[in-house]
Amino acid sequence: MSDTPVIDAVALRKVYAAGDTPVVALADVTLQVQKGEFVAVVGASGSGKSTFMNLIGLLDRPTSGVLRLDGVDVARLTGNQRAIVRNHKVGFVFQGFNLLRRTSARENVELPLLYAGVPARAREEAARLALTQVGLGDRLEHMPNQLSGGQQQRVAIARALVNQPALLLADEPTGNLDSATTREILKLFVDLNLHHGITIVMVTHESDVAAVSRRVVQFKDGHLVLDGPPPPEWTPAIGVPWRQAAKVEAA
Amino acid sequence: MSIFTLLRLAFRVIARNKARAMLTVLGIVIGVAAVIAMVALGTGAQQNIAKQIASLGSNLIILIPGTTNVAGVRGGGGSSTTVDVDDIDALRREVKSISLITPANRQQVQIVAGDANWGTTVQGTTPAFYTVRDWPVETGAQHSELDEASQNKVCVLGKTVATQLFGTDDPIDKWVRIKKVPFRVIGVLLAKGQSPMGTDQDDAVIIPFSVYRQRMAGTQRDQIQAAYAAAIDANSAQAAVDEMTAVLRQRHHLRESAEDDFSIRNLADIAAASREVSDSMTLLLGSIAGVSLLVGGIGIMNTMLVSVTERTREIGIRMAVGAKARDILVQFLVEAVVLSAIGGAIGVLFGWWVARLLSDATGWVTVFDPAVAALAFAVSGAVGVFFGFWPARRAAQLDPIDALRYE
Ligand SMILES: Nc1ncnc2c1ncn2[C@@H]1O[C@H](COP(=O)(O)OP(=O)(O)OP(=O)(O)O)[C@@H](O)[C@H]1O
Ligand SMILES: [Mg+2]
Repeated sequence: MSDTPVIDAVALRKVYAAGDTPVVALADVTLQVQKGEFVAVVGASGSGKSTFMNLIGLLDRPTSGVLRLDGVDVARLTGNQRAIVRNHKVGFVFQGFNLLRRTSARENVELPLLYAGVPARAREEAARLALTQVGLGDRLEHMPNQLSGGQQQRVAIARALVNQPALLLADEPTGNLDSATTREILKLFVDLNLHHGITIVMVTHESDVAAVSRRVVQFKDGHLVLDGPPPPEWTPAIGVPWRQAAKVEAA
Repeated sequence: MSIFTLLRLAFRVIARNKARAMLTVLGIVIGVAAVIAMVALGTGAQQNIAKQIASLGSNLIILIPGTTNVAGVRGGGGSSTTVDVDDIDALRREVKSISLITPANRQQVQIVAGDANWGTTVQGTTPAFYTVRDWPVETGAQHSELDEASQNKVCVLGKTVATQLFGTDDPIDKWVRIKKVPFRVIGVLLAKGQSPMGTDQDDAVIIPFSVYRQRMAGTQRDQIQAAYAAAIDANSAQAAVDEMTAVLRQRHHLRESAEDDFSIRNLADIAAASREVSDSMTLLLGSIAGVSLLVGGIGIMNTMLVSVTERTREIGIRMAVGAKARDILVQFLVEAVVLSAIGGAIGVLFGWWVARLLSDATGWVTVFDPAVAALAFAVSGAVGVFFGFWPARRAAQLDPIDALRYE
């Protein structure tokens, strides 16, 4: 693992000035994520998980600290360059989906390709494929308000994946899904991680989802308090090869 | 993003709120319609004036007794009695820059043919009239110097009078009665159309001046109501006016300081006066157009600002998946331009319709110029760019995370 880390956060800090007392949403978090890792971010509500994701997804800027993506200090990037990184390198699944209203599932998924300059026909084909991957091949032309919460979440996942990003940032991607669909999505993530080398950082509240990852980091009141492999007592929602290997090693 | 995608997006957004879009573009519609109607009418009016002026005859000079009004053109004329037949004879003799001069006295009469009956103007004038006014007969003959000398009771009918009295029959050698005096019809004038003052020139009857003096003029047989003269050529028109003025002032014993007690106009003066009227109309419509376009532009700016605020989250989402500031700017700019171009297109159609309506109602000729329509349409597009830029830039300058969190 001598490669440049995909994510290299040093003393990353985010302070919100809302109200009288400033809120320290993220307190000097230092964390490195290497290429090919599958990281689960856990922690209580309000512990700073989404804040952290927004920073590494280049949606927000830290109050202080340094963030390097693939070795590039993002503070040096112009607005346009940040947009290009968001478009080409990162796939972001929002906690609140953030789908365009009155815009079909297919067109929502096409959006990143639109700004990547992909021609219409290729866009449509890629969107169809991505939606089929998340089990929505039969809902292409549905509007978000015609889809269930779980289906909307899957559209958001398809949109994050359609550009074949090297880094997938997913903020509670299975929060609205039933256990069967959750397993489908997790299988997809594992496949992407295992066979396509995609680095995944995924926020979750559920231990069985977190247990699927290779590494769990825990936030508490903005601090990074735990960092290591998923605890053995957590039962993963699906079987994963690295977990088997670990078990074998332990035995 | 391809322009096709951008346009489709813009049309979709506009179609979502048609009522708002229509209200927004109203100002543009009125502005462009005013431009189109203005140019259509203006061009038509210029053509009309040119045609009517030409219809007066070449190198025409008009003499009217009494002081003139400021506009330089007076209606009926002839109310003053400061010019008499001797003045005309003197002018004919002494002014070298005119080739012809003829008195033209007139009055309203009833003209009767059989049981047909028509109210018209009878005009007593000499044979020079046909040349000076460049107004030949269509059928039959003009009256001659012999008719003048022998006071023959013959008449030449204007086209309108001929039609009113005789319909499609040939009026030549028929008899008509004017003020109980029987006249033999010897000719019908070529149709001439409207005068620059908007009267029907063909609604008139010509009789020899000598007969008019004798039978129509009553006690005022020596007075002249109007006279037409022809300058020897177009370049001499002003010289002719000056010479005529000098001769008449001398004959009327006017002091240096006294005003003319007559007025002499050449065609250039009349043309200028008519053009002044049509120019002020063009100016009026032009200002309406300008103000409407300005108001329309502000309307578009307002709607776009509201739209940017309403769609802040959409902007955030687009930025989050990779839209650059420029992409957002272009998206909203295209929307503003499409909006104003829709207004422009409706305005062109509406203006064309208004011009048609006006020309039907008033009989004015209107000329619809596709180049002007294209220009007006382009201007409306430019209005969209100009007034859409600020809202679009505000959208483009949003911060992704702020836009995403916007409630
Ligand atoms: N825009 C903001 N302005 C002020 N405070 C904020 C803002 N966004 C987040 N915070 C605060 O920062 C802290 C961390 O928020 P964050 O959204 O990162 O939590 P989280 O771990 O994602 O929680 P959850 O599991 O509920 O999603 C919270 O205390 C929150 O109130
Ligand atoms: Mg969160």
